[in-house]
Amino acid sequence: MGDAEIIPIGTRGRPGRGTGNARPSSAARNLAGGTPPTQSSSADDSVPPPPTPPRKAAPPKQAAPAPPPVPPATTRERAPLAGITPGEWLGAFQFAAKELFGEQWEPQLARLLFFLRRRVTGDYAVDEYGFDAEITERFLMTALRPIAEKWFRIEVIGADNIPTEGGALVVSNHSGTLPMDALMTLVTVHDHTGRHLRPLGADLVFQMPVVSSLARKSGATLACGEDAERMLAGGELVGVWPEGFKGIGKPYSERYKLQRFGRGGFVSAALRTGVPIIPLSVVGAEEIYPLVGNVPSLARLLGVPYIPITPFFPLLGPLGLVPLPSKWLLEFGEPIRTDEFDEGAADDPMLVFNVTDQVRETIQQTLYSLLMQRDSVFKGSRQREAQLPE
Amino acid sequence: MSAASKVVLVTGVSRDLGRRCARALAAAPGIDRVIGVDVVPPRGDIGEVSFVRADIRNPVIAKVIAKEDVDTVVHMSVIATPGSAGGRHTMKELNVIGTMQLLAAAQQAPGLRHLIVKSTSTVYGASNRDPAMFTEEMEPRRAPRSGYAKDAAEVEGYVRGFSRRRPDVRVTLLRCANVIGPHVQSPITSYFRLPVVPTVLGFDPRLQFLHQDDLIGVLRHAALDGPSGVFNVAGDGVLMLSQAIRRLQRSSVTLPGFAVGGLGSVLRQARLAEFSPEQLGFLTYGRGIDTTRMRTDLGFEPRWTTAGAFEDFSRSLTRTGGYATRVIDSASRLVDPAAIELTEVPRG
Repeated sequence: MGDAEIIPIGTRGRPGRGTGNARPSSAARNLAGGTPPTQSSSADDSVPPPPTPPRKAAPPKQAAPAPPPVPPATTRERAPLAGITPGEWLGAFQFAAKELFGEQWEPQLARLLFFLRRRVTGDYAVDEYGFDAEITERFLMTALRPIAEKWFRIEVIGADNIPTEGGALVVSNHSGTLPMDALMTLVTVHDHTGRHLRPLGADLVFQMPVVSSLARKSGATLACGEDAERMLAGGELVGVWPEGFKGIGKPYSERYKLQRFGRGGFVSAALRTGVPIIPLSVVGAEEIYPLVGNVPSLARLLGVPYIPITPFFPLLGPLGLVPLPSKWLLEFGEPIRTDEFDEGAADDPMLVFNVTDQVRETIQQTLYSLLMQRDSVFKGSRQREAQLPE
Repeated sequence: MSAASKVVLVTGVSRDLGRRCARALAAAPGIDRVIGVDVVPPRGDIGEVSFVRADIRNPVIAKVIAKEDVDTVVHMSVIATPGSAGGRHTMKELNVIGTMQLLAAAQQAPGLRHLIVKSTSTVYGASNRDPAMFTEEMEPRRAPRSGYAKDAAEVEGYVRGFSRRRPDVRVTLLRCANVIGPHVQSPITSYFRLPVVPTVLGFDPRLQFLHQDDLIGVLRHAALDGPSGVFNVAGDGVLMLSQAIRRLQRSSVTLPGFAVGGLGSVLRQARLAEFSPEQLGFLTYGRGIDTTRMRTDLGFEPRWTTAGAFEDFSRSLTRTGGYATRVIDSASRLVDPAAIELTEVPRG
């Protein structure tokens, strides 16, 4: 083994592909920026200087020591933090504050701190349903708005049918396995009218941890006659999804077929308070999580209405929770007036059934016509909405 | 209403609130005499109130009513926790049997004109199916099965029975929200007095409070010229539990519901805090009561809002938390103070 041949590995700092040849290829020589390859130069010298200018807070460059003739493999700390003076830290902080809050960063930052202080000391008000308008506007709406505008590209038709003041009841179809349509309706109504839609939720919502407190904070209350009447009488814009779990958890094959509209309790509430009913048809929510299966036994065990199986959900794990980017159309229909009926109209079951059917038919017909308008499930931009007055 | 010779009998004066209420009634114009009744003598000063040591659980009380010619009975010895009385068994006996005996005695008293019962909003229960605000006609969504809530529901049942049998007597039933104040010892105040307040994971209940001065005020108002009927009594507005704890500047720990219940029973057995079992439901789902009728029919206006009453209560507590506030305060000092003053104005 004494006459083992030594095969050089690497190029010893010369440009080239490590073939061991003394002379690199012409392409490699061009890459090196025209400096003539010298046998004795070190690795540091042959690398061209970085094109980016030095950063503001970067430490002063140290003069590189004279390289030894044979460079050993060493590492060198390139940005020692010890070299940053407090003045530079302050400058960097001010620079970051300017980047974050703009030129008026000081009042902005003070305002943020003031807001944080108020939140942390509990110095804010909630209404009797537990609605926290500040948190809803600052966080929930801000988080949902990009999803509504960029992901689902929600297009709104007939937003001026929503009254700008006084009580009104928005009745919508319900779909999409998870109540994403309710959240999107919340942000859409808020952005178009400046009013908060107060959703009515099933008792399951108020049983689930986290969901329950979030629902109350974002203005929801229990879907029962007492609360609906109380809110409507208080002049709130109330949203209701009368299909409930039957609508939201229906299989994909039954998409855009309205389910039974509860027992018409929402109509009684509107009749008692004399507020208009605004039918809302949502197209697009059916496709976000196509429900292809259900595990009824597990659902019964967990006490939930259904365990959804979508093409992606248990299969891809949490990634399956990302909704498909379908194109959404929201049409607010003509308000149905309820103040023209007699005093005891709410206690007349036949009348309540008739009005319920009228609302249901309106939504179903609008759904069909919207489906005709829609070119494709996923394609489309927000162009038509741009023509509408905001 | 023979205002000139009004004789009021108050039960449960050994407790702090009962004693204060009896004194306030004695000081009120139009009330001649106030007789305080309890098993043990009150600890504090009872002023002009004449104390009669009697157990409302036995028929002696009928003799007191007859002898003193009582025309108004204020029943406020329905207790939320056993406390000094003993165990749950004693508490139930005191609440239910005591009320039965008192009402039986009252039924026999021909001179009786007015009965005022201090009940509680706990009778509405607390569940996820509750409406946001309970009005007086609403029933609890789940009938209470144990504890204070069941006692209060049974007491109210007897009171309804009494008002059917004696239609000539005005019966005022006051369903009060959680009474709070610097001197109040109750499950909710001892909960907030815990050094670290346990909360239920993922739930943020709505709370309503009634200041102790307003409780005394409403009882006096009802005793003087209260109409008959059932009335919810609470301060205006609601507080969320998280908000209340932040206002107290107290540290809290978030636990799953069963753990809070378990901790509660440990604290109860160790006698560290009066944590009643039905309180877990209240701390999970919260409760709101509608006080429209209190204003329109009863004609009572509480002086303290829920937030104000809570603030008054919080003055008696030392803060154990509030680290986040201190961090923000020290951060605010870095920013130009002029800029902060600029922002204080446009808010609100």
